[in-house]
Amino acid sequence: MKQIVIISGKGGTGKTVLTASFASLAHNKVMVDCDVDAADLHLLLHPSVKERFEFRSGQTARIDKALCVECGKCIDMCRFDAIGKDFIIDPIACEGCGLCSRICVYEAIVMEENISGEWFISDTRFGPFVHARLGIAEDNSGKLVSRIRQAAKEIAVQENKSYILIDGPPGIGCPVIASITDTDLAVIVTEPTLSGIHDMLRIIDTTGHFQIPVKVVINKYDLNLENTRKINDICESRNIEIVGRIPFSAEVPRSLVQAVPFVEYAKDEVTAEIISIWNTMESILQGKNLTTKGVQ
Amino acid sequence: MIISIASGKGGTGKTTIAVNLALSLENVQFLDCDVEEPNAHLFLKPVISERMSAYIPIPEVAEETCDCCGRCQEVCAFNSIAVLPGEIREHGSVLIFSHLCHGCGACSLLCPLDAIREVNKEIGIVEKGFSNGIQFVHGKLNIGEAMSPPLIRQVKKHVDPTKTVIIDAPPGTTCPVIESVKGSDYCILVTEPTPFGLNDLVLAVEMLKTIGVPFGIILNRYDIGDDCVDVYARENRIPVLMKIPFDREIASLYSKGLPIIGYKSEYDSEFKKLLIKLNLNP
Repeated sequence: MKQIVIISGKGGTGKTVLTASFASLAHNKVMVDCDVDAADLHLLLHPSVKERFEFRSGQTARIDKALCVECGKCIDMCRFDAIGKDFIIDPIACEGCGLCSRICVYEAIVMEENISGEWFISDTRFGPFVHARLGIAEDNSGKLVSRIRQAAKEIAVQENKSYILIDGPPGIGCPVIASITDTDLAVIVTEPTLSGIHDMLRIIDTTGHFQIPVKVVINKYDLNLENTRKINDICESRNIEIVGRIPFSAEVPRSLVQAVPFVEYAKDEVTAEIISIWNTMESILQGKNLTTKGVQ
Repeated sequence: MIISIASGKGGTGKTTIAVNLALSLENVQFLDCDVEEPNAHLFLKPVISERMSAYIPIPEVAEETCDCCGRCQEVCAFNSIAVLPGEIREHGSVLIFSHLCHGCGACSLLCPLDAIREVNKEIGIVEKGFSNGIQFVHGKLNIGEAMSPPLIRQVKKHVDPTKTVIIDAPPGTTCPVIESVKGSDYCILVTEPTPFGLNDLVLAVEMLKTIGVPFGIILNRYDIGDDCVDVYARENRIPVLMKIPFDREIASLYSKGLPIIGYKSEYDSEFKKLLIKLNLNP
């Protein structure tokens, strides 16, 4: 079983469109949406939820006004400015470290468990799908990502799946690190803009830091051919294979409106290129042993 | 006045709006709070005059004082300390997982032997500079570093209340976005008219309601999808501040790291109208 994560650094480069198309093309797989901050893959996979789980994570402090004498020690000690002058705790600022509760001599501060979201195991016509919904203004998205990846792995092992397809979040921080850890291959989707290139370099360095093998896909490559050449040069100098160059198409947003994976929406050059990318990846994943150096 | 630009979904045009808004204003400060993937400097090309490391405090254990009692492990809510008790007569050891540490200080404050002190660990850098009269500040998270909110807090320490402050927020709806947007007088949500744009817009709206920041919408590439965002905005009485069509010329400028202001003069008046809607003086 191989785990493939689709990431980009920069947001909006086409991660989810590509993941949904892979979901349509790949056989015998599980999908996971690890962009738990702003999950969209369900809009294309149309899951019917089979099992629903609470995501409990961390704690939040609460001051019992009946016991509090307003000495102010907690306010002084809190590093997150989470306790107001009115001795009311801001649950968004509170990181749940529990220091205030431990140092309060009047035992006026209790720590309460957070329910910070829920996650789902669903059926789709493409196969099992694990996804989540983080509560409004909740944090710990990295932990939630790890949780749903673990669930996907259990399903993959039980049902003897060939692939886990992971739709990753933008950025390079906590949820991205949780999404790429222990994957067999990261596909970086970039675009020929200075921002796309800048962000691609940072996510390449991040995958390198965690020794994840990478391949690059250039989306909308024909919007700026000079920048596409720059991406080619960068990838060549870093020994990273570019597995596809997808042309710009105004049909892509229309396929989102129709809520179907692009490869099922149009039989055009975009679809042809996505099919070719998936075939390339499949032969990479099945054929060769990917080393942690990741240059095959 | 502090105006932040956020979006939920990535790649909808936050940086484009933030940069061009800043270029339409006088006496303005620009803070790029997308410290994971900062991009505004590519468009504003500031001359950086100050560069500061950003740190978080992490624990360091004085082994000669520590008796491996395990208190620090017990009080750490983030599993970033593990105490390994030693064999008889052999000293145990304390392992620190610094990437999990939130810097709350509980371990050092509560160590009964005072064996833990806090040392600074660099998580990224903050750079300050100027670009065409715009004061510019951004943060860059170090590669492999997980937690961006402490760095975002460092960037926001540079807010100059005598100026109009434009904050470019990261995508998403959770901690890094909240850290960037909170304290703003107004937030502009940039979205696009697709089911993805709408789905993430709704999440961002819920988040802003929770933290109590007023907001409006800019609909970018308004002609590429359907009318779902218009309908949502109308039903929920959220002002649509501006609509920008898909335009290959704008996409081309963006790809080269060029702003719209100064290159497409018809947008000068569009951004002036936006300023009026935001009660800002050009």
